[in-house]
Amino acid sequence: MLPGPPGRESLLQTVCNKVDDVHVPDGFLDVPTSVATGALAAGTVALALRKARTELDDRTAPLAGLTAAFVFAGQMMNFPLPGLPVSGHLIGAVLTAVLVGPWTAVLCMTVVLLVQAVLFADGGLTALGTNVFLMALLAVVVGYGLFRGLVAVLPRTRAGVLTATGIAAFASVPAAALTFVGLFEVGGTVDVPLGTVVAAMAGVHALIAIGEAAITVAVVGAVLAVRPDLVHGAAGLRRGVELQRRPTEPAGALR
Amino acid sequence: MTRRGRTLWIAGLLLALLVAGVGSWYASSSPDGLEWAAEHTGFAGSAQDSATAGSPLADYQVDGEEGRVSGGVAGVVGVVVTLALAGGLTLVLRRRGTTADQG
Repeated sequence: MLPGPPGRESLLQTVCNKVDDVHVPDGFLDVPTSVATGALAAGTVALALRKARTELDDRTAPLAGLTAAFVFAGQMMNFPLPGLPVSGHLIGAVLTAVLVGPWTAVLCMTVVLLVQAVLFADGGLTALGTNVFLMALLAVVVGYGLFRGLVAVLPRTRAGVLTATGIAAFASVPAAALTFVGLFEVGGTVDVPLGTVVAAMAGVHALIAIGEAAITVAVVGAVLAVRPDLVHGAAGLRRGVELQRRPTEPAGALR
Repeated sequence: MTRRGRTLWIAGLLLALLVAGVGSWYASSSPDGLEWAAEHTGFAGSAQDSATAGSPLADYQVDGEEGRVSGGVAGVVGVVVTLALAGGLTLVLRRRGTTADQG
């Protein structure tokens, strides 16, 4: 048994709550861990500033800005988990990556986290690098990587793309949450029993991940229904789309 | 932008404004369980106020005022600022005069 009032359950609950609100506050991680994740985050953002050019053109750039704004709004909308004193909210990494591409997603997610930290005191300032690392980098890499792998094996249909989107969105949540637990184990300012925490986390985050997958599939599905050509992750569907395009909408006629 | 693209964009923006400006009032407040849980364990001591905790929009409220309007205004400001920053950045970075589906 753990000593004192913080029993095992409340300790687990703490870590769960902390990660559901994935935004890490200042003080939870030590300086080396914050600096290390911050450096990784900064390097990736610098790279993304160059690589995102390949994903952005006159047609897709407006959608990228809108997607960031949408993710900001979505992250405000905490949904309750049945039977638990815990809520979860959208991360939006896979949503953004599938819609506008992974490099652009890194930038969009970083802007969202920056606005939240600076204007709304949501997520610490010294923890901003950690938050960018978890939600703008790791969630995108794991989620979009999985999405690409699934798209390669699933049928090149709308249903195939949406299935891949849902599974990837689902996986991105426990990926980010468990990575935080790992960071906390390495650089946390308080000792946490790792094994039991990981086990408890899986259940809670499976529930949150269902919400993430549902929102992501709904949004990507809606854009696919209206403008499938704008969905970065649905490039394989484009040929069919071109055939369906009305001649009154010539490609490139943007002004 | 094509008409359909513009419609999609405006609809998306309205949805974002609606979610942040109105829907957020109905969001679950459970994550504040973080504070609750931190009090029951050793974590409370390790969490520090953000340097921006004194921001007029801290905690998604205007001047710390709890309420539907305050939270709604904070949400709308957040959506607009995010759109301006991310939209501006992606517009600056984009390859001009090209579309991926050309040719």
